[in-house]
Amino acid sequence: MITIKSDFLGMKLSNPLILASGIMGISVGSMKKIADNGAGAVTIKSISKEERSGHNNPTMFSFGDVFMNAVGYSNPGMVEAKKEFSDIDRIGVPVIGSVIGTEADDFVAVIEELKDIKFGAIEIPLSCPHTPGFGVLAGQGTPEATYRITKAVRKATRLPIIIKLSANAPDLTIVAKAAEKAGADAINMGNTHGPGMRIDIDSGKPILDFKVGGISGPAITPVTVRCVYDLYESIKTPIIGTGGITTGRDAIEMMMAGASALGVGTGIYYRGFDVFKKIANEMKDWMKKKGHLSLKEIIGVAHEG
Amino acid sequence: MRDDYPRSLEILEIEKEAKDLFTIFVKNTLDDFVPGQFVMVWIPRVDEKPFGVSYLEKDRIGITFEVKGKFTKKLASTKKAGIIGIRGPYGIGFPEPDSSTIVIGGGCGVSSLAPLIEKVKKSNSIIGARSKDMLLFRNRFKDAHFTTDDGTFGKKGFVTEILEEKISAPDKVSQVFCCGPEIMMSRVIEICKKHRKKCFISMERYMKCGFGVCGQCMCGDKVVCKEGPVFESKDVEGNPEFNHFARIKSGKKVPVSDYVRWRSCE
Repeated sequence: MITIKSDFLGMKLSNPLILASGIMGISVGSMKKIADNGAGAVTIKSISKEERSGHNNPTMFSFGDVFMNAVGYSNPGMVEAKKEFSDIDRIGVPVIGSVIGTEADDFVAVIEELKDIKFGAIEIPLSCPHTPGFGVLAGQGTPEATYRITKAVRKATRLPIIIKLSANAPDLTIVAKAAEKAGADAINMGNTHGPGMRIDIDSGKPILDFKVGGISGPAITPVTVRCVYDLYESIKTPIIGTGGITTGRDAIEMMMAGASALGVGTGIYYRGFDVFKKIANEMKDWMKKKGHLSLKEIIGVAHEG
Repeated sequence: MRDDYPRSLEILEIEKEAKDLFTIFVKNTLDDFVPGQFVMVWIPRVDEKPFGVSYLEKDRIGITFEVKGKFTKKLASTKKAGIIGIRGPYGIGFPEPDSSTIVIGGGCGVSSLAPLIEKVKKSNSIIGARSKDMLLFRNRFKDAHFTTDDGTFGKKGFVTEILEEKISAPDKVSQVFCCGPEIMMSRVIEICKKHRKKCFISMERYMKCGFGVCGQCMCGDKVVCKEGPVFESKDVEGNPEFNHFARIKSGKKVPVSDYVRWRSCE
Protein backbone atom coordinates (compact mmCIF):
# COMPACT_ATOMS: atom_id res chain seq x y z
CA MET A 1 0.00 0.00 0.00
CA ILE A 2 1.62 3.24 -1.16
CA THR A 3 1.37 6.14 1.28
CA ILE A 4 2.55 9.74 1.14
CA LYS A 5 1.42 10.43 4.70
CA SER A 6 3.89 12.54 6.54
CA ASP A 7 4.59 13.21 10.20
CA PHE A 8 6.13 16.65 10.15
CA LEU A 9 7.02 18.48 13.39
CA GLY A 10 4.36 16.45 15.18
CA MET A 11 1.71 17.42 12.62
CA LYS A 12 -0.01 14.48 10.98
CA LEU A 13 -0.21 15.32 7.29
CA SER A 14 -2.13 13.32 4.69
CA ASN A 15 0.62 14.37 2.25
CA PRO A 16 3.77 16.53 2.50
CA LEU A 17 2.32 19.44 0.46
CA ILE A 18 1.94 22.64 2.47
CA LEU A 19 0.27 25.81 1.19
CA ALA A 20 3.06 28.41 1.23
CA SER A 21 2.50 31.68 3.08
CA GLY A 22 1.25 34.68 1.11
CA ILE A 23 -1.03 32.76 -1.22
CA MET A 24 -4.71 32.15 -0.41
CA GLY A 25 -3.92 32.46 3.30
CA ILE A 26 -6.07 35.49 3.98
CA SER A 27 -9.02 33.82 5.73
CA VAL A 28 -10.38 30.57 7.11
CA GLY A 29 -12.58 30.40 3.99
CA SER A 30 -9.65 30.71 1.59
CA MET A 31 -7.53 28.13 3.44
CA LYS A 32 -10.42 25.69 3.75
CA LYS A 33 -10.72 25.83 -0.04
CA ILE A 34 -7.06 24.84 -0.33
CA ALA A 35 -7.43 22.07 2.28
CA ASP A 36 -10.48 20.77 0.41
CA ASN A 37 -8.30 20.70 -2.71
CA GLY A 38 -5.83 18.33 -1.12
CA ALA A 39 -3.17 20.32 0.81
CA GLY A 40 -1.59 18.42 3.72
CA ALA A 41 -1.28 21.65 5.72
CA VAL A 42 -1.76 25.37 5.10
CA THR A 43 0.12 28.51 6.12
CA ILE A 44 -1.61 31.82 6.88
CA LYS A 45 -0.59 35.04 5.17
CA SER A 46 2.01 36.64 7.45
CA ILE A 47 0.75 38.75 10.35
CA SER A 48 2.50 41.78 11.80
CA LYS A 49 1.84 43.76 14.98
CA GLU A 50 0.15 46.64 13.16
CA GLU A 51 -2.21 46.66 10.16
CA ARG A 52 -0.35 47.08 6.85
CA SER A 53 -1.78 48.10 3.48
CA GLY A 54 1.19 46.83 1.49
CA HIS A 55 2.23 48.11 -1.92
CA ASN A 56 -0.03 49.47 -4.64
CA ASN A 57 -0.98 47.35 -7.64
CA PRO A 58 0.35 45.89 -9.83
CA THR A 59 1.49 43.62 -7.02
CA MET A 60 1.85 40.50 -9.15
CA PHE A 61 2.07 39.24 -12.72
CA SER A 62 3.66 36.44 -14.74
CA PHE A 63 5.87 35.98 -17.77
CA GLY A 64 5.66 32.30 -18.67
CA ASP A 65 7.64 30.30 -16.09
CA VAL A 66 8.43 33.41 -14.05
CA PHE A 67 5.99 34.84 -11.54
CA MET A 68 6.72 38.09 -9.75
CA ASN A 69 5.17 39.76 -6.76
CA ALA A 70 5.64 42.71 -4.46
CA VAL A 71 2.60 42.61 -2.20
CA GLY A 72 4.45 44.21 0.71
CA TYR A 73 3.08 42.19 3.61
CA SER A 74 -0.44 43.59 3.55
CA ASN A 75 -2.25 42.16 6.56
CA PRO A 76 -4.91 43.30 9.02
CA GLY A 77 -2.57 43.30 12.03
CA MET A 78 -2.46 40.93 15.00
CA VAL A 79 -5.61 42.10 16.80
CA GLU A 80 -7.80 41.63 13.73
CA ALA A 81 -5.98 38.38 12.86
CA LYS A 82 -6.99 36.93 16.21
CA LYS A 83 -10.65 37.30 15.16
CA GLU A 84 -10.04 36.25 11.55
CA PHE A 85 -8.38 32.96 12.52
CA SER A 86 -10.42 32.15 15.64
CA ASP A 87 -12.09 29.13 14.01
CA ILE A 88 -9.21 27.53 12.10
CA ASP A 89 -10.44 24.09 13.21
CA ARG A 90 -12.93 24.42 10.35
CA ILE A 91 -10.04 24.17 7.84
CA GLY A 92 -9.58 20.46 8.61
CA VAL A 93 -5.78 20.25 8.21
CA PRO A 94 -2.93 21.60 10.38
CA VAL A 95 -2.44 25.37 10.08
CA ILE A 96 0.96 27.08 10.33
CA GLY A 97 0.97 30.65 11.69
CA SER A 98 3.33 32.94 9.80
CA VAL A 99 4.57 35.85 11.91
CA ILE A 100 6.59 38.89 10.81
CA GLY A 101 8.20 41.80 12.57
CA THR A 102 10.97 44.35 12.36
CA GLU A 103 12.54 43.88 15.79
CA ALA A 104 12.71 40.58 17.69
CA ASP A 105 10.17 42.00 20.17
CA ASP A 106 7.60 42.47 17.38
CA PHE A 107 7.64 38.75 16.55
CA VAL A 108 7.20 37.94 20.22
CA ALA A 109 4.28 40.39 20.56
CA VAL A 110 2.41 38.80 17.63
CA ILE A 111 3.02 35.27 18.93
CA GLU A 112 1.68 36.32 22.35
CA GLU A 113 -1.43 37.91 20.83
CA LEU A 114 -2.17 34.81 18.73
CA LYS A 115 -1.33 32.26 21.44
CA ASP A 116 -4.90 30.92 21.73
CA ILE A 117 -5.13 30.08 18.04
CA LYS A 118 -4.48 26.40 17.51
CA PHE A 119 -1.58 26.60 15.10
CA GLY A 120 0.42 23.43 14.47
CA ALA A 121 3.65 25.42 14.11
CA ILE A 122 4.93 28.99 13.83
CA GLU A 123 6.79 30.10 10.72
CA ILE A 124 9.17 33.06 10.82
CA PRO A 125 10.15 34.40 7.39
CA LEU A 126 13.42 36.32 7.59
CA SER A 127 13.75 36.49 3.85
CA CYS A 128 11.17 38.67 2.05
CA PRO A 129 13.05 40.47 -0.76
CA HIS A 130 10.68 43.42 -1.30
CA THR A 131 9.34 44.95 1.92
CA PRO A 132 11.23 47.73 3.72
CA GLY A 133 11.56 46.98 7.44
CA PHE A 134 11.21 43.22 6.98
CA GLY A 135 13.23 40.25 5.78
CA VAL A 136 16.24 40.80 3.57
CA LEU A 137 15.67 44.57 3.33
CA ALA A 138 15.92 44.77 7.14
CA GLY A 139 19.02 42.61 7.34
CA GLN A 140 17.11 39.76 9.01
CA GLY A 141 18.80 37.17 6.81
CA THR A 142 22.28 37.49 8.35
CA PRO A 143 23.45 34.70 10.70
CA GLU A 144 23.49 37.17 13.65
CA ALA A 145 19.98 38.55 13.10
CA THR A 146 18.60 35.08 12.37
CA TYR A 147 20.08 33.78 15.63
CA ARG A 148 18.77 36.75 17.63
CA ILE A 149 15.21 36.59 16.28
CA THR A 150 14.96 32.78 16.44
CA LYS A 151 16.21 32.83 20.03
CA ALA A 152 13.55 35.39 21.04
CA VAL A 153 10.80 33.43 19.29
CA ARG A 154 12.02 30.19 20.92
CA LYS A 155 11.45 31.75 24.35
CA ALA A 156 7.97 32.94 23.35
CA THR A 157 6.40 29.68 22.17
CA ARG A 158 6.43 25.93 22.72
CA LEU A 159 5.10 25.32 19.21
CA PRO A 160 7.53 24.02 16.59
CA ILE A 161 9.36 26.90 14.89
CA ILE A 162 10.09 27.01 11.16
CA ILE A 163 12.57 29.63 9.95
CA LYS A 164 12.11 30.63 6.30
CA LEU A 165 15.33 31.56 4.53
CA SER A 166 16.35 33.24 1.30
CA ALA A 167 18.14 31.40 -1.51
CA ASN A 168 20.00 34.65 -2.08
CA ALA A 169 21.92 34.40 1.19
CA PRO A 170 25.63 34.10 0.29
CA ASP A 171 26.25 32.19 3.53
CA LEU A 172 23.11 30.04 3.43
CA THR A 173 24.36 27.07 5.45
CA ILE A 174 25.77 29.39 8.14
CA VAL A 175 22.40 31.18 8.44
CA ALA A 176 20.60 27.83 8.68
CA LYS A 177 23.02 26.63 11.38
CA ALA A 178 22.43 29.86 13.33
CA ALA A 179 18.67 29.22 13.23
CA GLU A 180 19.20 25.61 14.30
CA LYS A 181 21.48 26.62 17.17
CA ALA A 182 18.91 29.17 18.39
CA GLY A 183 16.23 26.47 18.59
CA ALA A 184 14.53 26.28 15.19
CA ASP A 185 12.73 22.98 14.57
CA ALA A 186 12.73 23.22 10.77
CA ILE A 187 13.99 25.34 7.91
CA ASN A 188 11.76 26.48 5.08
CA MET A 189 13.94 26.79 1.97
CA GLY A 190 12.80 29.30 0.95
CA ASN A 191 11.32 32.59 -0.01
CA THR A 192 10.90 34.18 -3.45
CA HIS A 193 14.14 35.06 -5.21
CA GLY A 194 15.66 38.30 -6.38
CA PRO A 195 14.26 40.85 -6.19
CA GLY A 196 13.87 41.26 -9.91
CA MET A 197 12.36 43.93 -12.12
CA ARG A 198 10.54 44.07 -15.44
CA ILE A 199 9.96 47.27 -17.35
CA ASP A 200 7.08 47.86 -19.73
CA ILE A 201 8.95 49.23 -22.74
CA ASP A 202 5.96 51.11 -24.20
CA SER A 203 5.47 53.30 -21.14
CA GLY A 204 9.09 52.97 -20.02
CA LYS A 205 7.99 52.20 -16.46
CA PRO A 206 8.63 49.26 -14.13
CA ILE A 207 5.48 47.10 -14.01
CA LEU A 208 5.41 46.46 -10.26
CA ASP A 209 4.39 49.55 -8.37
CA PHE A 210 7.18 48.83 -5.87
CA LYS A 211 9.37 48.49 -8.98
CA VAL A 212 11.09 45.31 -7.68
CA GLY A 213 9.60 42.05 -6.51
CA GLY A 214 10.27 38.47 -5.51
CA ILE A 215 10.51 35.80 -8.21
CA SER A 216 8.71 32.48 -7.97
CA GLY A 217 7.31 29.93 -10.43
CA PRO A 218 8.77 26.86 -12.18
CA ALA A 219 11.84 28.84 -13.29
CA ILE A 220 13.31 28.89 -9.76
CA THR A 221 13.04 25.13 -9.10
CA PRO A 222 16.72 24.33 -9.86
CA VAL A 223 17.90 26.91 -7.33
CA THR A 224 15.58 25.52 -4.65
CA VAL A 225 16.79 21.98 -5.34
CA ARG A 226 20.43 23.07 -4.96
CA CYS A 227 19.72 25.00 -1.72
CA VAL A 228 17.80 22.08 -0.19
CA TYR A 229 20.63 19.74 -1.22
CA ASP A 230 23.24 21.96 0.44
CA LEU A 231 21.22 22.33 3.64
CA TYR A 232 20.60 18.59 3.91
CA GLU A 233 24.37 18.08 4.02
CA SER A 234 24.94 20.69 6.71
CA ILE A 235 22.00 20.73 9.16
CA LYS A 236 20.03 18.12 11.10
CA THR A 237 16.63 19.84 11.27
CA PRO A 238 14.05 18.87 8.68
CA ILE A 239 13.65 21.02 5.57
CA ILE A 240 10.55 22.28 3.76
CA GLY A 241 11.43 22.71 0.09
CA THR A 242 9.57 25.71 -1.32
CA GLY A 243 10.14 27.39 -4.67
CA GLY A 244 8.89 26.29 -8.05
CA ILE A 245 7.18 22.99 -7.20
CA THR A 246 4.44 22.57 -9.78
CA THR A 247 4.34 18.85 -10.62
CA GLY A 248 4.73 15.49 -8.91
CA ARG A 249 8.15 15.13 -10.52
CA ASP A 250 9.26 18.46 -8.98
CA ALA A 251 8.00 17.23 -5.61
CA ILE A 252 9.89 13.93 -5.79
CA GLU A 253 13.03 15.73 -6.96
CA MET A 254 12.85 18.16 -4.01
CA MET A 255 12.51 15.23 -1.60
CA MET A 256 15.46 13.43 -3.17
CA ALA A 257 17.47 16.60 -2.51
CA GLY A 258 16.51 16.30 1.15
CA ALA A 259 13.17 18.00 1.79
CA SER A 260 10.78 16.17 4.12
CA ALA A 261 7.89 18.55 3.39
CA LEU A 262 7.09 20.75 0.40
CA GLY A 263 5.74 24.28 0.04
CA VAL A 264 3.42 25.01 -2.87
CA GLY A 265 2.25 28.56 -3.63
CA THR A 266 2.61 29.85 -7.17
CA GLY A 267 1.76 26.32 -8.36
CA ILE A 268 -1.87 27.34 -7.79
CA TYR A 269 -1.49 29.93 -10.53
CA TYR A 270 -0.17 27.38 -13.02
CA ARG A 271 -2.49 24.46 -12.23
CA GLY A 272 -5.43 25.73 -10.15
CA PHE A 273 -6.53 25.27 -6.52
CA ASP A 274 -6.41 21.49 -6.97
CA VAL A 275 -2.68 21.58 -7.76
CA PHE A 276 -2.30 19.82 -4.37
CA LYS A 277 -4.45 16.86 -5.40
CA LYS A 278 -2.74 16.73 -8.78
CA ILE A 279 0.80 16.73 -7.34
CA ALA A 280 -0.13 14.14 -4.67
CA ASN A 281 -1.57 11.82 -7.32
CA GLU A 282 1.43 12.28 -9.59
CA MET A 283 3.75 11.45 -6.68
CA LYS A 284 1.79 8.27 -5.92
CA ASP A 285 1.73 7.23 -9.58
CA TRP A 286 5.49 7.64 -9.82
CA MET A 287 6.07 5.72 -6.57
CA LYS A 288 3.86 2.89 -7.79
CA LYS A 289 5.81 2.67 -11.02
CA LYS A 290 9.11 2.60 -9.14
CA GLY A 291 7.94 0.27 -6.39
CA HIS A 292 8.29 2.77 -3.52
CA LEU A 293 5.92 2.41 -0.58
CA SER A 294 6.65 5.51 1.47
CA LEU A 295 8.39 8.89 1.31
CA LYS A 296 11.14 7.69 3.67
CA GLU A 297 12.54 5.73 0.73
CA ILE A 298 12.90 8.91 -1.29
CA ILE A 299 14.01 11.68 1.09
CA GLY A 300 17.68 12.50 0.61
CA VAL A 301 18.47 9.66 -1.82
CA ALA A 302 20.39 12.06 -4.08
CA HIS A 303 23.07 12.17 -1.36
CA GLU A 304 23.80 8.44 -1.38
CA GLY A 305 26.90 7.06 -3.01
CA MET B 1 2.70 28.75 -20.67
CA ARG B 2 0.53 31.56 -19.45
CA ASP B 3 1.48 35.22 -19.52
CA ASP B 4 -0.36 37.63 -17.27
CA TYR B 5 1.28 41.02 -17.45
CA PRO B 6 -0.26 44.33 -18.54
CA ARG B 7 -0.08 44.98 -22.30
CA SER B 8 0.31 48.67 -23.06
CA LEU B 9 -2.37 50.22 -25.25
CA GLU B 10 -2.95 53.72 -26.53
CA ILE B 11 -6.16 55.41 -25.53
CA LEU B 12 -8.09 55.88 -28.79
CA GLU B 13 -10.85 58.04 -27.39
CA ILE B 14 -12.16 59.34 -24.10
CA GLU B 15 -15.82 60.28 -23.89
CA LYS B 16 -17.94 61.88 -21.21
CA GLU B 17 -21.08 59.82 -20.52
CA ALA B 18 -22.62 61.81 -17.66
CA LYS B 19 -21.53 64.19 -14.91
CA ASP B 20 -18.66 62.19 -13.41
CA LEU B 21 -18.85 59.22 -15.75
CA PHE B 22 -16.38 58.68 -18.57
CA THR B 23 -15.54 55.96 -21.09
CA ILE B 24 -12.07 55.25 -22.43
CA PHE B 25 -11.67 53.29 -25.64
CA VAL B 26 -8.67 51.11 -26.48
CA LYS B 27 -7.93 48.52 -29.17
CA ASN B 28 -9.73 45.22 -28.61
CA THR B 29 -6.99 42.72 -27.82
CA LEU B 30 -9.15 40.38 -25.71
CA ASP B 31 -9.63 36.76 -26.69
CA ASP B 32 -13.15 35.41 -26.28
CA PHE B 33 -14.43 38.03 -23.88
CA VAL B 34 -17.71 37.15 -22.15
CA PRO B 35 -19.74 40.10 -20.78
CA GLY B 36 -19.43 40.14 -17.00
CA GLN B 37 -15.75 39.21 -17.11
CA PHE B 38 -13.29 41.94 -16.18
CA VAL B 39 -9.90 43.33 -17.11
CA MET B 40 -7.17 44.84 -14.93
CA VAL B 41 -6.42 48.42 -15.99
CA TRP B 42 -2.93 49.72 -15.20
CA ILE B 43 -1.89 53.35 -15.07
CA PRO B 44 1.91 53.18 -14.92
CA ARG B 45 3.30 54.36 -11.57
CA VAL B 46 -0.22 54.94 -10.20
CA ASP B 47 -2.15 51.70 -9.59
CA GLU B 48 -4.02 48.86 -11.28
CA LYS B 49 -7.75 48.11 -10.80
CA PRO B 50 -10.42 45.75 -12.13
CA PHE B 51 -13.09 47.06 -14.55
CA GLY B 52 -15.92 45.62 -16.59
CA VAL B 53 -16.16 46.21 -20.33
CA SER B 54 -19.02 48.50 -21.41
CA TYR B 55 -18.46 48.57 -25.18
CA LEU B 56 -17.48 45.35 -26.89
CA GLU B 57 -16.75 46.06 -30.53
CA LYS B 58 -14.70 44.12 -33.06
CA ASP B 59 -11.84 46.61 -33.09
CA ARG B 60 -12.12 48.35 -29.76
CA ILE B 61 -13.40 48.03 -26.22
CA GLY B 62 -14.75 50.73 -23.93
CA ILE B 63 -14.37 50.91 -20.18
CA THR B 64 -16.80 53.16 -18.33
CA PHE B 65 -15.95 54.47 -14.88
CA GLU B 66 -17.10 56.96 -12.29
CA VAL B 67 -14.56 59.56 -11.20
CA LYS B 68 -14.19 59.04 -7.46
CA GLY B 69 -10.73 58.38 -6.05
CA LYS B 70 -7.11 58.91 -7.06
CA PHE B 71 -7.11 56.23 -9.74
CA THR B 72 -10.26 57.25 -11.61
CA LYS B 73 -9.31 60.95 -11.40
CA LYS B 74 -6.04 60.08 -13.09
CA LEU B 75 -7.81 57.90 -15.67
CA ALA B 76 -10.24 60.71 -16.53
CA SER B 77 -7.36 63.13 -17.01
CA THR B 78 -5.53 60.73 -19.34
CA LYS B 79 -5.40 62.21 -22.83
CA LYS B 80 -6.06 60.56 -26.16
CA ALA B 81 -2.89 58.63 -27.16
CA GLY B 82 -1.96 58.26 -23.49
CA ILE B 83 -0.84 54.79 -22.46
CA ILE B 84 -2.56 52.38 -20.11
CA GLY B 85 -1.96 48.67 -19.58
CA ILE B 86 -4.61 45.98 -19.85
CA ARG B 87 -4.48 42.35 -18.74
CA GLY B 88 -7.23 39.78 -18.80
CA PRO B 89 -10.00 38.97 -19.41
CA TYR B 90 -10.50 37.31 -16.05
CA GLY B 91 -13.23 35.52 -14.16
CA ILE B 92 -16.56 34.07 -15.15
CA GLY B 93 -19.09 36.19 -17.03
CA PHE B 94 -22.84 35.98 -17.50
CA PRO B 95 -24.44 33.07 -19.35
CA GLU B 96 -25.86 33.66 -22.83
CA PRO B 97 -29.07 35.73 -22.51
CA ASP B 98 -32.30 34.60 -24.19
CA SER B 99 -35.21 36.72 -25.39
CA SER B 100 -36.88 36.73 -21.95
CA THR B 101 -33.80 37.65 -19.93
CA ILE B 102 -34.19 40.74 -17.76
CA VAL B 103 -31.03 42.83 -17.33
CA ILE B 104 -30.79 45.21 -14.37
CA GLY B 105 -28.00 47.69 -13.75
CA GLY B 106 -27.68 50.09 -10.85
CA GLY B 107 -25.28 53.05 -10.88
CA CYS B 108 -21.96 52.23 -12.49
CA GLY B 109 -22.92 48.54 -12.41
CA VAL B 110 -24.72 48.94 -15.70
CA SER B 111 -21.39 49.38 -17.50
CA SER B 112 -20.46 45.69 -17.36
CA LEU B 113 -24.00 44.75 -18.47
CA ALA B 114 -24.07 47.11 -21.46
CA PRO B 115 -22.75 44.56 -24.01
CA LEU B 116 -25.62 42.28 -22.90
CA ILE B 117 -28.21 45.03 -23.17
CA GLU B 118 -27.05 45.36 -26.78
CA LYS B 119 -28.18 41.76 -27.29
CA VAL B 120 -31.50 41.65 -25.43
CA LYS B 121 -34.78 43.47 -25.96
CA LYS B 122 -34.27 47.00 -24.70
CA SER B 123 -37.67 46.85 -23.02
CA ASN B 124 -36.27 44.00 -20.89
CA SER B 125 -33.51 46.25 -19.56
CA ILE B 126 -33.76 48.31 -16.41
CA ILE B 127 -31.18 50.99 -15.66
CA GLY B 128 -31.19 52.99 -12.45
CA ALA B 129 -29.17 55.70 -10.74
CA ARG B 130 -29.49 58.15 -7.87
CA SER B 131 -30.09 61.05 -10.22
CA LYS B 132 -30.17 62.00 -13.92
CA ASP B 133 -26.59 63.32 -13.62
CA MET B 134 -25.37 59.85 -12.76
CA LEU B 135 -27.51 57.86 -15.15
CA LEU B 136 -25.60 55.93 -17.79
CA PHE B 137 -26.54 55.22 -21.42
CA ARG B 138 -29.92 56.99 -21.60
CA ASN B 139 -29.17 57.88 -25.23
CA ARG B 140 -27.49 54.57 -26.09
CA PHE B 141 -30.45 52.46 -24.93
CA LYS B 142 -33.42 54.76 -25.56
CA ASP B 143 -36.06 52.05 -25.15
CA ALA B 144 -34.77 50.70 -21.84
CA HIS B 145 -36.58 51.40 -18.55
CA PHE B 146 -34.90 54.09 -16.50
CA THR B 147 -35.34 54.91 -12.84
CA THR B 148 -33.82 57.61 -10.66
CA ASP B 149 -34.05 57.79 -6.88
CA ASP B 150 -34.96 61.49 -7.08
CA GLY B 151 -37.21 61.32 -10.16
CA THR B 152 -35.05 63.63 -12.32
CA PHE B 153 -35.24 61.12 -15.20
CA GLY B 154 -37.47 58.12 -15.96
CA LYS B 155 -39.54 56.63 -13.20
CA LYS B 156 -38.95 57.93 -9.69
CA GLY B 157 -37.93 55.02 -7.49
CA PHE B 158 -35.82 51.88 -7.65
CA VAL B 159 -35.04 49.36 -10.39
CA THR B 160 -36.57 46.65 -8.22
CA GLU B 161 -40.04 48.21 -8.59
CA ILE B 162 -39.90 47.73 -12.37
CA LEU B 163 -38.59 44.20 -11.89
CA GLU B 164 -41.60 43.41 -9.67
CA GLU B 165 -43.97 44.65 -12.37
CA LYS B 166 -42.26 42.60 -15.06
CA ILE B 167 -41.89 39.44 -13.03
CA SER B 168 -45.62 39.48 -12.23
CA ALA B 169 -46.03 38.22 -15.81
CA PRO B 170 -43.84 35.16 -15.13
CA ASP B 171 -44.04 33.67 -18.64
CA LYS B 172 -42.23 36.69 -20.02
CA VAL B 173 -39.25 36.31 -17.69
CA SER B 174 -36.79 33.42 -17.94
CA GLN B 175 -33.92 34.73 -15.81
CA VAL B 176 -32.50 37.95 -14.38
CA PHE B 177 -28.96 39.37 -14.73
CA CYS B 178 -27.98 42.07 -12.31
CA CYS B 179 -25.05 44.31 -11.39
CA GLY B 180 -25.08 47.16 -8.92
CA PRO B 181 -24.78 47.92 -5.21
CA GLU B 182 -25.03 44.75 -3.11
CA ILE B 183 -28.06 46.00 -1.23
CA MET B 184 -29.87 46.31 -4.56
CA MET B 185 -28.65 42.91 -5.82
CA SER B 186 -29.73 41.36 -2.56
CA ARG B 187 -33.26 42.71 -3.09
CA VAL B 188 -33.26 41.46 -6.70
CA ILE B 189 -32.25 37.99 -5.46
CA GLU B 190 -35.16 38.00 -2.99
CA ILE B 191 -37.66 38.94 -5.70
CA CYS B 192 -36.34 36.27 -8.07
CA LYS B 193 -36.44 33.67 -5.33
CA LYS B 194 -40.05 34.50 -4.54
CA HIS B 195 -40.96 34.06 -8.21
CA ARG B 196 -38.66 31.07 -8.71
CA LYS B 197 -36.57 32.69 -11.41
CA LYS B 198 -32.89 32.10 -12.00
CA CYS B 199 -30.80 35.11 -11.05
CA PHE B 200 -27.17 35.97 -11.78
CA ILE B 201 -25.39 38.79 -10.00
CA SER B 202 -21.95 40.37 -10.44
CA MET B 203 -19.87 41.09 -7.36
CA GLU B 204 -17.16 43.65 -6.78
CA ARG B 205 -14.26 43.30 -4.33
CA TYR B 206 -10.83 44.91 -3.99
CA MET B 207 -8.46 42.80 -6.07
CA LYS B 208 -4.74 42.30 -6.47
CA CYS B 209 -3.94 39.39 -8.78
CA GLY B 210 -7.27 39.04 -10.59
CA PHE B 211 -6.52 35.37 -11.35
CA GLY B 212 -7.22 33.44 -8.16
CA VAL B 213 -3.91 33.39 -6.35
CA CYS B 214 -3.74 35.99 -3.59
CA GLY B 215 -7.10 35.58 -1.82
CA GLN B 216 -7.62 39.35 -1.38
CA CYS B 217 -11.13 39.26 -2.92
CA MET B 218 -12.50 36.41 -0.78
CA CYS B 219 -16.21 36.74 0.02
CA GLY B 220 -17.00 33.93 2.46
CA ASP B 221 -15.88 30.77 0.69
CA LYS B 222 -15.87 32.38 -2.76
CA VAL B 223 -12.86 33.66 -4.68
CA VAL B 224 -14.59 36.51 -6.49
CA CYS B 225 -11.97 37.06 -9.23
CA LYS B 226 -11.81 33.40 -10.22
CA GLU B 227 -15.13 31.76 -9.27
CA GLY B 228 -17.01 34.99 -10.06
CA PRO B 229 -17.40 37.90 -10.39
CA VAL B 230 -20.71 36.61 -11.80
CA PHE B 231 -22.44 34.13 -9.50
CA GLU B 232 -25.77 32.40 -9.70
CA SER B 233 -27.75 33.63 -6.70
CA LYS B 234 -27.99 30.16 -5.17
CA ASP B 235 -24.19 30.17 -4.87
CA VAL B 236 -24.12 33.29 -2.69
CA GLU B 237 -27.26 32.55 -0.70
CA GLY B 238 -26.32 32.22 2.94
CA ASN B 239 -22.84 33.63 2.27
CA PRO B 240 -22.16 35.53 5.51
CA GLU B 241 -20.15 38.24 3.74
CA PHE B 242 -22.23 39.03 0.65
CA ASN B 243 -24.01 42.38 1.23
CA HIS B 244 -22.40 42.54 4.69
CA PHE B 245 -18.59 42.57 4.60
CA ALA B 246 -15.72 43.21 2.21
CA ARG B 247 -11.95 43.41 2.57
CA ILE B 248 -9.91 46.59 2.30
CA LYS B 249 -6.34 46.62 0.98
CA SER B 250 -4.78 45.28 4.20
CA GLY B 251 -7.11 42.30 4.06
CA LYS B 252 -9.13 43.60 7.01
CA LYS B 253 -12.79 42.67 6.82
CA VAL B 254 -15.09 45.69 7.25
CA PRO B 255 -18.83 46.39 6.76
CA VAL B 256 -19.72 46.90 3.07
CA SER B 257 -20.67 50.55 3.71
CA ASP B 258 -17.19 51.27 5.15
CA TYR B 259 -15.63 49.39 2.24
CA VAL B 260 -17.54 51.49 -0.31
CA ARG B 261 -16.45 54.70 1.44
CA TRP B 262 -12.82 53.52 1.57
CA ARG B 263 -12.81 52.43 -2.06
CA SER B 264 -14.17 55.74 -3.31
CA CYS B 265 -10.97 57.40 -2.05
CA GLU B 266 -8.58 54.83 -3.52
